[in-house]
Amino acid sequence: MTLLAHRTRPLWIAALVHRLSGLALAVFLPFHFLALGLAISGEAQLESFLRWSEQPLVKMSEAVLLGVLAIHMLGGLRLLALENLAWREGQARLALLAVVAAMAVAFAFLASVF
Amino acid sequence: MNVRLYIWQRATAALMVPLLLVHIAVIFYATRKGLSASDILARTRGSVSWTLFYGVFVAAVSVHASIGLRTVLTEWSPLGQRTRDIAVVLFGLLLALLGFRAVVAVVLP
Amino acid sequence: MAGMLTVSLWRGGTEGRYVDYDVPMRETQTVLDIVTWVQRNCDATLSYRFACRVGMCGSCAMTVNGRPRWTCRTHVSKVVSRGRLTIGPLENLPVIKDLAADMRPFFEKWQQAKGRFAPSKTRSDPIERIAPDSAARVAADAAIECINCGVCYSACDTVRWNGDYLGPAALNRAWTLLNDVRDAGNVERLAAVATDGGCHACHSHQSCQEHCPLALNPTASIAGLKRRTAQAYLRGEIKP
Repeated sequence: MTLLAHRTRPLWIAALVHRLSGLALAVFLPFHFLALGLAISGEAQLESFLRWSEQPLVKMSEAVLLGVLAIHMLGGLRLLALENLAWREGQARLALLAVVAAMAVAFAFLASVF
Repeated sequence: MNVRLYIWQRATAALMVPLLLVHIAVIFYATRKGLSASDILARTRGSVSWTLFYGVFVAAVSVHASIGLRTVLTEWSPLGQRTRDIAVVLFGLLLALLGFRAVVAVVLP
Repeated sequence: MAGMLTVSLWRGGTEGRYVDYDVPMRETQTVLDIVTWVQRNCDATLSYRFACRVGMCGSCAMTVNGRPRWTCRTHVSKVVSRGRLTIGPLENLPVIKDLAADMRPFFEKWQQAKGRFAPSKTRSDPIERIAPDSAARVAADAAIECINCGVCYSACDTVRWNGDYLGPAALNRAWTLLNDVRDAGNVERLAAVATDGGCHACHSHQSCQEHCPLALNPTASIAGLKRRTAQAYLRGEIKP
């Protein structure tokens, strides 16, 4: 079988990105909550975790996560607008814009922490 | 996804947009000189507004993520409807539990 | 004559394989012409479906080089890739034989979505006047030219991944009827499209819009249904 043509289209890919970013956030969130929950046994616990998180690799992952969060939010905003406002063409361009904006957020974070 | 789940998912999505903007702003603010536990806790401990803010956030994300997961499992997993629904309710409860625990951890004086 | 074309046609049912045929190329030739040529000159047992040959009946849709198309209005020169054409039955539907897909699930979902006009008047009532420029009529007109070819259904991955999903064509039809002020079946229709496999399962991939040979926009129709069902649910008019 040849590749189904609709799977190379920007909006199909946008939906895939939305799903994968959502899944990634769903996997990350329990760990995020567990880390913050460390404070329940005192400030020192949280502080030692935060010192550990200063490694460059962890900071890079945080930037990726922030980008994932931003793309999920912006992609979701596009869908909310598509479903609730008058129809507007150019959805592929809006989806691309969301990706660019999310990457800008992630790079801005990198620039601010390094 | 039926209309009831749809409304819950889209409503929590819309609710989280302003929350996320604040959250992202706080991330940039808090990390500008490196994260420190004392700074974070000084901001949050005993604060009613942060308790409300993150409490609502955790509730919204638990609902939003479990409905989203239900759709993904419907389309991409061989799970039956019952197993799927039990799995996503458990996931939503887990998120809510861990989330509220985290909120309590940072706001209790 | 401008040489030969290698055409791979799906042969068999769900289990089957692509078989190559050499077909003479002509200056103007549709994909349906190619299939017909094979059936008349190579193998009379080749099964496929067509009726009008002018893009009105919606029966000749097939998958051409990975993309669903109305074959009677698709010129070979527009879709041939490196001297080859691969033609299969529509995706997301059972295969009867060769290029003929079983359209029953497609039409059953059309019925499930209450895609049938429910009259609010009888023949003894006077004919109702509908202003062509009223908002509801404009919305109905924008979606009404569907020929039921199944191209959108075949191009939709939500259909592929969620067996209960009614699909773009049936929901688009529900939207036209919802906007038809003469129709009396809208509460049932809204309830029918608000269930688990209804309009809310749509992910707005817009593959339906992109592939529709009539350039309709089922994604926009489905977005309209999402709004109308949500309103109806919040007002307590329907239950999920």
